[in-house]
Amino acid sequence: MARYSIGIDLGTTHSAVSYFNLEDSKARGRAQSMLPIPQLTAPGTLEARPLLPSFLYLPSAQEFPQGSLALPWNKDASSIIGEFARSHGAKVPTRLVSSPKSWLSHPGVDRRSALLPWQAPPDVQRVSPLDASARFLRHLKEAWDSTFAQGDDESGNALATQDVIVTVPASFDAAARELTLEAAKAAGIEHLTLLEEPQAALYAWLEAMGENFRQQVKPGEVILVVDVGGGTSDFSVITVRDSGGEVELLRVAVGDHILLGGDNMDLALAHTLNQRLAADGKKLDPWQFNALTYGCRQAKETLYGDTSLDTVPISIPGRGSSLIGGTLRTELTREELDRVLTDGFFPVTPLAELPRTARRMGLAQMALPYAQDPGVSRHLAAFLTRQAQALAASHDAPVDVEGKSFLHPTAVLFNGGVFKAGPLKARVMEVLNLWLKADGGQPAKELEGADLDLAVARGAAYYGWVRQGNGLRIRGGTARAYYVGVESAMPAVPGFEPPVKALCVAPFGMEEGTQADVPPQEFGLVTGEPTSFRFFSSSVRRDDKVGVMVDDVADELARGEMEELAPIETTMPGQAAAFGDLTPVNLQAAVTEVGTLELRCLEKGGAGRWKLELNVRMKE
Amino acid sequence: MLKTKGLTGNREALCIWGHFGQLPNCKAGGLCYPESMTDPSASLSFFARFWLAWLCFWRCLVSGDFARAVLPASRAYDAGQLNLLPSGTPAPAPTVEKAPPPPPALPPEREHASALSLLAMLQREGRLVDFLQENVAAFSDAEVGAACRTVHEGCRKVVGQYFTLKPVLPQSEGEQVTVPVSFDAQRIRLIGNVTGQPPHTGTLRHHGWVTSEVKFPVVSPAMDPRVLAPAEVELA
Repeated sequence: MARYSIGIDLGTTHSAVSYFNLEDSKARGRAQSMLPIPQLTAPGTLEARPLLPSFLYLPSAQEFPQGSLALPWNKDASSIIGEFARSHGAKVPTRLVSSPKSWLSHPGVDRRSALLPWQAPPDVQRVSPLDASARFLRHLKEAWDSTFAQGDDESGNALATQDVIVTVPASFDAAARELTLEAAKAAGIEHLTLLEEPQAALYAWLEAMGENFRQQVKPGEVILVVDVGGGTSDFSVITVRDSGGEVELLRVAVGDHILLGGDNMDLALAHTLNQRLAADGKKLDPWQFNALTYGCRQAKETLYGDTSLDTVPISIPGRGSSLIGGTLRTELTREELDRVLTDGFFPVTPLAELPRTARRMGLAQMALPYAQDPGVSRHLAAFLTRQAQALAASHDAPVDVEGKSFLHPTAVLFNGGVFKAGPLKARVMEVLNLWLKADGGQPAKELEGADLDLAVARGAAYYGWVRQGNGLRIRGGTARAYYVGVESAMPAVPGFEPPVKALCVAPFGMEEGTQADVPPQEFGLVTGEPTSFRFFSSSVRRDDKVGVMVDDVADELARGEMEELAPIETTMPGQAAAFGDLTPVNLQAAVTEVGTLELRCLEKGGAGRWKLELNVRMKE
Repeated sequence: MLKTKGLTGNREALCIWGHFGQLPNCKAGGLCYPESMTDPSASLSFFARFWLAWLCFWRCLVSGDFARAVLPASRAYDAGQLNLLPSGTPAPAPTVEKAPPPPPALPPEREHASALSLLAMLQREGRLVDFLQENVAAFSDAEVGAACRTVHEGCRKVVGQYFTLKPVLPQSEGEQVTVPVSFDAQRIRLIGNVTGQPPHTGTLRHHGWVTSEVKFPVVSPAMDPRVLAPAEVELA
């Protein structure tokens, strides 16, 4: 029996751990406990901080004095995770692994092969995105055990015996979730559940509000969660319903995976100031540019925090020991801040203005697929518009979108450190309310009292308690429908690829611990050889039942209604026969208790069953 | 700088020393000499003398104390007054052996390791040592001011992270305050016309500072606390 529910926010730029004592059996309210995470802040210097920067540094053998990288749980640690990895990695970028989570969800690379750091020299022992994520999770596990499960009397506190909830972006597809699970297993986490980050943020808010939340959100409300973290932006819509007199929360839709976050914003400011410095003939080396980025972040917070200021000076110290002589001075003006950040990332745009380039094109792109358009407003407009169309096309839409050109939120919950800047929250509300006004809707309100940095971890820990039947649970199931590709039977024509159809194997909204119906279509599998299927998902085709065949996949892909994922693969046990006997099978999907999607082959008229592996690499 | 060199040299020499300590007749701690040495009147064989010479050579080299102890004997030999040396006193080396090993006095850098590591943190985050070691007179106020931002921000972060500071007296400076009869002279200092017995009434000139909490990071003993900031060498 687990004593604690432990929420792990495995973030793109930071990770955090919160815990909930299940034996206390009451919500913590605002006092939501965080685990202080021991980490190196300098060689031989160990400090516990509430956030663990998601940076892994792979030093060379002689780079640091012997024993100076030791952690309480590993005297012979040979790699660095956390604050010191980040600060030192800025000086040695080729040995630094950053944004491990973005790599884990990048379908264009083999996520099990050792390819990080991307630009590393040949003598660096590279790690795979999967391994990197596992190392962060292991660090967090060991941090927990060394803090709470040291003595013999504390053996019941070991993390392996607790309920652990790891959060993932709502936009993570089936393969990325599967890999997160694999990383957690590799890190020694036994009892695991996955939870979507925007949901976790709402859970944290619910816990903090206690019973007061009923005054703030009433049945019929549509809550938009805008989560702009350090590296990714994630949107979700959750509605409040009245179900037989009881309040019920239902997650209606999730957005696409957008690699755009607070770090991009600080970088944009730094590039702007760097141009001005360059015009004055001052050239910054990479280390100084890093200091400039850091200075911009501080200046940004100062300017957003105090509206009476017009400029904030920034000092960039030189590399050498001559501090005064080596310091470059510059300043960030309010005009630049508003132009680059407020208007650049959160522009006031009409609803109809969509992101400038196509959505994620994961195919064959090797570096991280950063968002092409920095305008968060445009991404948000695209999300709300597409989801309104999807809901309008659905027979059983949980939110009424009739006569509306986009999904109208009534309340907004912010998450992510970016929104510590009040003016950015105000800008999002302004843009949203402009759209609402133009569309004949009522202005939305902001849900106050969210903790922007720690809410995801806290909400995850609280969710562990909710799962035991306490408090309100957000329902919704999978946010996508899943399809396998089927080649049409037609005569071969040279130079012409037969069109691919897509068979729905898992419908939208499958709950955890359920399995889908078995579609009637059969596939022939060759014994003893690997067979692979193309694999697709859609976040807008809400009504497709199992067995539905989508005819024009190419068109759906082009319009962004469907997305191709890395293929799925299986090898049927048995000897490979010379003439390849075909065994007829059906495909069935299930959503595990953990929250991952599983596909199986069921032998037609037999007892045989095989798991289909979600592949980790896109075919090029 | 010289001292640093001396210390490292010492350590290397001790390694060699440890190697010789493997000889069969050696005693604990790697300090070895022939048995006969303990009796000053006994005659020494050539090999025993050879071994002693070897020991004395290294010990003079690595241990200032040993060298100082041997020096009188060497001078007495030069002056032909070897027999005037206090008799019955064993040679300096045995003294070293027979005396109970004194509790190893911590070298100053170990004794004050936390002070040095605070200095290292102030340098790391706020470049304080760089700032203090630079000649301020050569720069304009604006230049010094710009650099001060780095120092102020970084050092403030360190102080905020590891110490909780608060004023000794909560009143505003300039206000009238009463100093009670049994006041704590560590916390309150009387200035100006100090006369008569407390309670006193006076004007608060400086509210003072007191640390209410200290949270210091754990620094590994593997680190040399004397190094405040390593030299940085950039490889192309």
